[in-house]
Amino acid sequence: MQPADDTAPMQDSAESEGGIRPPPRIRDRVRVIYRHRLPVRVMHWINAICLLVLLGSGLQIFNAHPALYWGQKSTFDKPLLAMGAQRMPDGALRGVTQIGSHDFTTTGVFGASSMNGHPVARGFPAWLTIPGPQWLSMGRRWHFFFAWLFVINGICFAAYTLIGRHFRRDLLPTRTDWRGIGRSIIDHALLRHPQGEAAARYNVLQKLTYLIVIFGFGPLIVLMGLAMSPRMDSVLGWLVTLVGGRQSARTIHFILAWGFVAFFLIHIFEVLVSGLGNELRSIITGRYAIHENIPDRSSDDGH
Amino acid sequence: MATDRRRFLRNALTAMGAGFLAGCDQLSQTQWAPQVLASAETLSHAVQRVLAPHAALAREFTQADISPVFRANGSTDPQDPAYRAMAANGFRDYRLSVGGLVAHPLSFSLAQLRALPQRTQITRHDCVEGWSVIGKWQGVQLSRVLELVQPTDDARYVVFRCYDRMQDGGLDGGTPYYESIGFDDAYHPQTILAHTLNDRPLPTPNGAPLRVRIERQLGYKQAKYISGIELVDSLDDIGDGNGGYWEDQGYEWYAGI
Repeated sequence: MQPADDTAPMQDSAESEGGIRPPPRIRDRVRVIYRHRLPVRVMHWINAICLLVLLGSGLQIFNAHPALYWGQKSTFDKPLLAMGAQRMPDGALRGVTQIGSHDFTTTGVFGASSMNGHPVARGFPAWLTIPGPQWLSMGRRWHFFFAWLFVINGICFAAYTLIGRHFRRDLLPTRTDWRGIGRSIIDHALLRHPQGEAAARYNVLQKLTYLIVIFGFGPLIVLMGLAMSPRMDSVLGWLVTLVGGRQSARTIHFILAWGFVAFFLIHIFEVLVSGLGNELRSIITGRYAIHENIPDRSSDDGH
Repeated sequence: MATDRRRFLRNALTAMGAGFLAGCDQLSQTQWAPQVLASAETLSHAVQRVLAPHAALAREFTQADISPVFRANGSTDPQDPAYRAMAANGFRDYRLSVGGLVAHPLSFSLAQLRALPQRTQITRHDCVEGWSVIGKWQGVQLSRVLELVQPTDDARYVVFRCYDRMQDGGLDGGTPYYESIGFDDAYHPQTILAHTLNDRPLPTPNGAPLRVRIERQLGYKQAKYISGIELVDSLDDIGDGNGGYWEDQGYEWYAGI
C-alpha cells in the first residue's frame, strides 16, 4: 500500500462527477489511489490459495488420527481433544468430540458426518477436507506441495517488504498509530472505518494484525510442521523440546491453523463492511477509491 | 435489498468454496496432478538432507519416557504358514537371508545376529497417521551386516522382504510387505535390525522376530517380520516400482516428514 507521497505511482484523479453541480458547502471528491503494488497483489492471492489448500489437506491428515496430545508421545487414553463415533443401539452413528475429560455430541459435524448421503465415522466432515473422502496419501501430497509454495511465497514477501519500503512505510505502526490505538479499537467495535486520507493507510489494528499473522503465525506454523518431521527432529531437537514434544508441536500446528481461519473470517468481514467492491478491486488491480469531503470555500472555484 | 445482497454473497462464497473443493477432488483423480504434487517430495528430501545431514541422530530418550504400550499398526499377526511354523518353534529355525548385489550372500540365525555388536536405543516412533510412541530397541546396525556381505558398486537400495501379507484381495491372501531405503539411511548409525523391544524379544504385533528401525523416517518404512534383505540398483522391479507396499498405494518413498 502506498499513501500519497511523491515516490508512489499515484493516480490522483479528482473526478468532478460529470456535469452535476456540487452542493454549495461540501464537495464529495473521489480520489483513486494506487494502493497495492503488483508483487503484493500476486503474493496475496498465491497465499490465499495456499491457505485454503493447506487447511483442507491438513484436516484430511488430521482425520487419519483425529486426536491431539501434549508431550513427545501420544497418551492414547488421555487426549487433549479426540473425535470419534459410537454405534447407537438403534444402529445410528453418534459423533463424539472429547475435549479434556468432557464429551460432546457433535453428530453431523465432528466424529460422524454424512459422506455421499451415508453417515460415516470421520473427524472433520468431507466438505472441509481435501480430498473429500478419507485418503491420507493424497492429502499429504496436497499439503506438502502447497506447504512449499506457502514457504517460498512467504520468503519472497518477507524479502520484498523488508528490502523495499513496504514494511517500514506501510506495516510498522508509527508513534501516532500507537497513540491512537484506543480510538482504533473503539472504531473497529463500532464498525466505523477511516474515511478520506486516513483510508489510504492501514490503521494501527490492521498493521498489528498483519504483522502478527505474517511474521508470527506464518513462521511458527511452518516450524511446528517441521517439528513433526522425524528427520528434521535430528537437528531441531531443541525446538521440539521447547514446545513440549512432537505431539505438542502437532497440537500447536492445529491451533495455529485455526488462528489463520479466525484471521481469514475477520479479514473477509472487514472487507465486506468497508466496501467489498472497492477492496476487491484494490487487491486485484491495485486501485482504491477514497471519498473525501472537502469544504468548498468559494461557491465556484472554477474546478 | 440488504438481505438479498447478503444472501447472494453467502451463496456465492459457499458455491466458490464447494467448487474449489470439488476441483481439488477432480484433480486428485487425474494422472498428472498427483504427479505434479509429488514433486514436493523430491524437494523435501533434498532440503532435509542438507539441513539434517547424515550424521545427525534422532533424539534418544530415557527409560522413563517409554510408552506403556507400543501401539502396533498394519499387520499384527501374520498368517503365512512358514512364518507360523517358525513362530511355533520360537524362531529357532529363522534365517535372515541377505543377497542381491553383494559380494558374499549370507544368511543369519537370530543367535548369529545377537552375537554381532549390538546397539540399544530408546527412540520415538512416528506414524504417518500422526501419533507417536516411545520404545527401547536392541539390535545390530544394518551397516555391520552390510560390511559382512559387501554390496557391489552397482547397489543403490536396500530392499526388505517380509512375511506379513497385506490384505489387498489376492487369492493367495495378499502381497507380502516390502520396503526399501537408500544407502544414506542404510548406513545411518541408528538404523538397526531390532530383535528386542523394551528388553523382551520382539512381540508378534511389533514384527517378531526381526524388524528394521529407521529412526529418521515414519513408521511405514520400519518393515516388520523381515524374511530377507536384497540389494538392488533400481526400484523399478520392486512391486509396482515405487519402492514399497505403501509407496505403491501413493505414499512417499521418502518418509522424513
